[in-house]
Amino acid sequence: MNPVSLSAGVASVTIKSEPFVVNLGPQHPSTHGVFRLRLTLDGERIIDADMVMGYLHRSMEKLAEERTYTQNIPFTDRTDYLAAMTGNLAYVLAVEQLCGIEAPERAHWLRTIMCELQRMASHCMAIGIFANDCGAWQTPVMHMMRDREKVLDLFEMACGARLTLNYMRIGGVSRDVPPEFMPAARKFIKEMPKKLDEYEDLLLENEIIVARSRHIGVLTPEQAMAHSVSGPMLRASGVAWDIRKADPYAAYGKVDFDIAVGTNGDVYDRFVVRIAEMRQSIRILEQALEMIPEGPVHAQLPTATVQPIGQPVAPLAIRPPVGEAYGRIESPRGELGFYLVSDGSPAPFRFHIRSPSYINLTPLRLMSIGATVADAIVILGSVDIVVGEVDR
Amino acid sequence: MRWNGHRVTALIAGLDMAHRIEQHFRGAVTDAAPEAATVAVDRLIDVCTFLRDEPELRFEFLSSLTAVDRLEYFEVAYHLTSIRLNQMTAIKVRADGRENPKAPSVTSVWPGANLQEREAYDLMGIVFEGHPDMRRVFLWDGFAGHPLRKDYLNLPGGQMPGLERFPGEPGEPLGGRG
Repeated sequence: MNPVSLSAGVASVTIKSEPFVVNLGPQHPSTHGVFRLRLTLDGERIIDADMVMGYLHRSMEKLAEERTYTQNIPFTDRTDYLAAMTGNLAYVLAVEQLCGIEAPERAHWLRTIMCELQRMASHCMAIGIFANDCGAWQTPVMHMMRDREKVLDLFEMACGARLTLNYMRIGGVSRDVPPEFMPAARKFIKEMPKKLDEYEDLLLENEIIVARSRHIGVLTPEQAMAHSVSGPMLRASGVAWDIRKADPYAAYGKVDFDIAVGTNGDVYDRFVVRIAEMRQSIRILEQALEMIPEGPVHAQLPTATVQPIGQPVAPLAIRPPVGEAYGRIESPRGELGFYLVSDGSPAPFRFHIRSPSYINLTPLRLMSIGATVADAIVILGSVDIVVGEVDR
Repeated sequence: MRWNGHRVTALIAGLDMAHRIEQHFRGAVTDAAPEAATVAVDRLIDVCTFLRDEPELRFEFLSSLTAVDRLEYFEVAYHLTSIRLNQMTAIKVRADGRENPKAPSVTSVWPGANLQEREAYDLMGIVFEGHPDMRRVFLWDGFAGHPLRKDYLNLPGGQMPGLERFPGEPGEPLGGRG
């Protein structure tokens, strides 16, 4: 029998407890990769959370210093491997800014189409895995994998790869899409709203998901901005900041769409914002597939000061002028920026990736303290990290 | 729209920014280039607080913080965004000395600098003074050196990483690298 009677009502009973350390990860389904969260618990409550990362650190920033600008494009597939198109685009835009290259119009539209397809594929994974974290084990994620698969089929049609795409080039895209791509993409965006209705019916008002995620991991707009949080996490806190609107790149300035914004800044709102963003992606795609003009997909590069022996000329031989550029785009996870410093040689002098997955983890400790272990799992799920991008 | 020659986000160039900082903090700007204004190390926190709070600037969002090894000195670059006013700028600070480069931590101004400064410390070896938790982040504690420094590999003849020319381009052999 329990020696302490809690219902005595005579005097307050103090239960002695000691801090206890629990390691979530590096191999744990909730950490979405090799990421470790070291939680210090007092009873069920978290009193400290320490992130241990670097298990997937491949030192891309160092490797890139010994490769030409074009050779670095495949690295950007392998940082955020769930959104390779946006990684490609952020990098090539930064190089184009550095060199003053302008991609032709059709390339801009193709980039827009590919990035929105990628956003939908990435959010499918984010929502599916989030449902997993909430305890809806494997069924919702399979529904979303089914739809993500269709996007990957479209990518395969366009560039032959499904995950590490390497589609964007400095000054355009690697090749035009085949004639069967446009009808297939139209079919996909026609089917997708019904699928989104299905997700919403299945998950949005699900009692368990609501109970697990409402008022958990709350970030106020001020906290979110101060902690450099970006993307759906920032918008869930009620800050209508989307680089596609604020600083349009590719063809985003010519399409009409709304910014999905949350109100409470909790885990539930981040999840709702992602579904709402997928609806906006469909809107963008509907317009882009109508408005895309015919024409070349790759700019004639003006540079090419040298012609390597036995090599095809233009796209390989880029020597940007001495200077630096910070190019940024709205990736599915937030502000993805590339800071490039050129010393006029064929390889970047400094290649820095401002990765949203990594920086969005900054307030994780703030969000986790005071929560329970079960909450920590959904909070981490709502950040939607890709460990390849956290560690680089 | 960037692609028809006009950006929606206003970019405050380094020279303009240097002028504005100089009006409030005389002598705080040590160098000004079109990309960014370089601020004196000892005035950095004052300047950053000013950039965050000044009604015309309102840079409340630290987009990116990173370090560059310029061989003679280290440079920390801060890319700042104002979400309210939709504008961007960049400032820099120099950390001198290869043995023990130091810069003040801006975590008191932007808590978002926390992980980014730890990354710069881990890979470039810049100590951010006043940081609440100055530890390595990707590499383990016993790791020797800071790998993003240009002299980290200690190559023969003081060779630095990088490509002098394209593979296949005529010239001296590239020494097996590149």
